Amino acid sequence: MTRAGYEGVVAAVPVTVPYVRYSIHSAHWWLGRALGELLRRSGVAKHEVDGLCVSSFTLAPDTAVGLTQHLGMSPRWLDHIPMGGASGVIGLRRAARAVQAGDASIVACVAGDTNHVDSFRHTISQFSRFAQDAVYPYGAGGPNASFALLTRHYMRESGATREDFGKLCVAQRDNALRNPNALMKKPLTLQQYLESRVIADPIHLFDCVMPCAGADAFLVMRPEKARELDLPSVRILSTIERHNAWPEDPIQIRGGWTMDRDEFYAQAGVGPRDVDFMQAYDDYPVINMMQMEDLGFCDKGAAPAFVREHSFTVDGSFPFNTNGGQLSVGQAGAAGGYLGMVEALRQLTGAAGKCQLERADIGLVSGFGMINYDRGLCTAAALLARSDA
Amino acid sequence: MTQPLAKPPRKNPVARTRQPTLPPGARSRRALGLAAAAAAGRFELQVCGDCGAVQYPPREVCHQCLSENLAWKPVDPMGRLLAVTTLHHSNDLYFRERLPWRVGTVRMRAGPSVVAHVHGDCQEGQDVRLALKLDRSGQAVLIALPEKATPHMEDDKTLRETSCDPKFRRALVTDGKTAVGLAVIQALLDAGATAVFAGDPETWKRNAAFDALCQDPRVQPQALNVTDTDSVERVSRSIGGKVDILVNTADYEREGGILHNRDLIKARDALDVNCVGLMRLARHFGPAMAGRAADGVNSAAAWVNTLSVYAHANLPARGIWSASQAAALSMSQCLRSEFRPSGVRVVNVFSGPIDHEWEQLTPPPRVAPAAIANAIVRALKDGTEDVYVGDVAQEVLARLRDNPKALERELGS
Repeated sequence: MTRAGYEGVVAAVPVTVPYVRYSIHSAHWWLGRALGELLRRSGVAKHEVDGLCVSSFTLAPDTAVGLTQHLGMSPRWLDHIPMGGASGVIGLRRAARAVQAGDASIVACVAGDTNHVDSFRHTISQFSRFAQDAVYPYGAGGPNASFALLTRHYMRESGATREDFGKLCVAQRDNALRNPNALMKKPLTLQQYLESRVIADPIHLFDCVMPCAGADAFLVMRPEKARELDLPSVRILSTIERHNAWPEDPIQIRGGWTMDRDEFYAQAGVGPRDVDFMQAYDDYPVINMMQMEDLGFCDKGAAPAFVREHSFTVDGSFPFNTNGGQLSVGQAGAAGGYLGMVEALRQLTGAAGKCQLERADIGLVSGFGMINYDRGLCTAAALLARSDA
Repeated sequence: MTQPLAKPPRKNPVARTRQPTLPPGARSRRALGLAAAAAAGRFELQVCGDCGAVQYPPREVCHQCLSENLAWKPVDPMGRLLAVTTLHHSNDLYFRERLPWRVGTVRMRAGPSVVAHVHGDCQEGQDVRLALKLDRSGQAVLIALPEKATPHMEDDKTLRETSCDPKFRRALVTDGKTAVGLAVIQALLDAGATAVFAGDPETWKRNAAFDALCQDPRVQPQALNVTDTDSVERVSRSIGGKVDILVNTADYEREGGILHNRDLIKARDALDVNCVGLMRLARHFGPAMAGRAADGVNSAAAWVNTLSVYAHANLPARGIWSASQAAALSMSQCLRSEFRPSGVRVVNVFSGPIDHEWEQLTPPPRVAPAAIANAIVRALKDGTEDVYVGDVAQEVLARLRDNPKALERELGS
C-alpha cells in the first residue's frame, strides 16, 4: 500500500527565541515564549491552536501534558516527541497527519530547552538507561566520546580527514556570520579548526556544538487557513522516519535514512539533484557526511570527495546548514532538532534574511537523534517545497 | 608497553590529602548482575535461555525473541577493538582527575558491541580480551585488555584503578601470629608491599616463625590485640595514616554448640574477637583509610576479612563460632556500604576448615594457610570482592545456592 501524500497541509511561521549560552529560566519559559511568538506573528488566538506538539529535554518533571496547563491551553490533540535531533521532522509529520485527518486544525510544534550552568552534565548522566549502565561510567565523556568513536571508525573506513570535517565547520561558520541569532560571531579559519584543542581524539573543540538555551517553533495548518491569515507557507513533499536501524552493524556507519530513501524520493517525485539546499542535523561533522551519503547526494563512503567538491556556503555550491547549524548557532537541547526545520521554512518562504538563497524551491531537512547507547537511534527526513513551486 | 609504576616518595606531611572521588555509580537493578560477576571475578553476560542471544547492555527481555528467560552465564570474552578514543575532557570529577583516559568500542565474538575502558597496551583493530572489574564506585565495568599479558600491564591506570594491588602499598595484618597471619605477611611481601605491620596480640608469647618474619626490614611488629580497645587505638594513632590495606586475620575458633555448653565465656570470646574486634578495628582504622582512598600510588585501597564459609550456614559442631562468623559477615556488609563513598573495597575471603591446630580433629580436605594468603593477594590484584578458598568452601557455596534447607539439615548430621 502506498502512503498517503501531504496534500492539504502546510507549515508556516518559523520562529526562534534567540539562543543564549546560559539561562536562569526553566524550559517552560522558553517554550512559552516560542508559543507567544507564534501567536503574535500569525495573528492566531491561543484558543484557536487546538494541537500542540512539544519536544524538550529539560521540561522534567513535566511533559507536554503539564505544559498545557502551564500555558493555559486546551488542545484536542497533544504529542510529546522525545527524539532529540529528529524531533523537528517528526513533529512536522505527526502534526501534518493530524491536520489532514481533521483531528486538529492548527498545530503548534514547539521545541525548547533551558541550559543552566550544570544542566548539561545532569542531562547526559541520566540520558537513558543504557547510557547510565553502559556508557556514562566509561569516562563520562558524553556525546563527545560517543561521536569520537564513530568518527574514528568513519575516518578509517572512508578516508575522511580532519581537513574534510574542518571544511564543513568553516563553511557553516561563514553561513552563521549572516545569522544574527548565531552564538558564534567570529569567523573560523581551517587553521584555527585544525589547531583547536583535542577533546576526545579525533574530536577537537570546533567539532563540538555548544550547549545553550533556546526555542524554535512553527505552525502546521491547512493551506486555506494559511492564505486566510496571509501567512507564507511551505508544502510537504514527503517525510520518513526510522528508529534503531541496522542493529546488526557492529558500529554505526549508516543511519536509518538508507532503509527508506527510495520511497522518500519516490513519494516526493524529485531526486537528490532537485534539492536546492540541505539542513542536516550537525552535532558533529561526521554525521553531516553520513547524511550526505545516506540521503543519496553521493555514494556510501564518498562524502569526503563530495565535501572536497562543494563549498556548502549560502553563496556557493550545495548550500548546507545555511543558518550556521548547531555547530555555529549553538545546540539548544531539543530545539537543536528544530533548527534545520525553521531555517528551511524561512528559506522556502523567502524569510531567511542575509542567509537567503537565490534559488530555494525545494529543501531537504534531515534529523538524527538520541545516542541511547552506542549509536544514534532516530533518523528522519523531510522534503519541503515553496508553496508556489 | 606499560610504564611501570615508581615507588612513591615519602608523603609531604603538610600537603593537603586529595579527597576521594568516585566514577559514576548509578546502575539499573538488572545491570547489577555485572557487579555480581565482577565481585567474584567471573566474566558473565545475560544469555537468552530460549534463543541463545547474548545481551548487552543488560536487558529485561531478550532483544531478539523477547523471552524473559535471561540468565547470567560465562561468555567468550574475546573481541575486536573497532575504535578507540582518548578523552581529554570529561563531565565527571573522577575522570577529570585521571585524564587522558582511553575508551573504545569492542565487537565481541559473542555478539554484542560494548563500550569499554581500554588498557594502554591495546591497539585499534586488534583482538582484545574483555574483563569485568569493579571500579572505585563498587560497580562493574568492562575493560579491554591485550590478548596476551604485557610487561607491567597491572600498572596501567585502568587496572590499578580497579584493583587493590599490594605493590608499593603498606599493609596491616591484625594478628601476625596465627597460621594464616604468618602466611599473609609473607604473601604480601612477595607481592611487593613496601611495609607490613604485623599485629602481635601476645607479645609475651614467643613464636619462632613470627620472629623470623620480623627480621625482614619491611615487617614492623605492632602490639595489637583486637579485644583491647586501648591497643587498637594506640596502634591506629601510630600507623593509621600509613595503612593502605588491612587484613584482619584475628580469629577465635573453638568447638561446641549451644545446648550442651553451660558457660558463655567461649561465646563471649568468639564474638569479642571475631565480631566486636572487627568493629574496633573499623572504628579506629576505617576513617583514616576512607580519607586516604585517593592518596596517590599508595592510596588506601582495601579492607580484607578472613572469614569461614560457615558464616553463611551454621556448622552445629562449631555452632557458637559459626554464629560469630555470621555476625562478622553481617558487620562486613555494613562496613562495605560505609566504605563505599570512599572507594575503599571490603574483600571477604571465605575458607573451609583451615589446616591449623584448632581444626586438629577435622578430617581433610583442609585449607593450607598459604592457600588463603595467596587467595587474598590474588583478590587484591584482581580486584574481586568475594573469594571462596578450598574445596569445602566451594562445595558449601554450591550447596547453599542449590538448596539452603538441605545444607542446613546436612551440616547438622
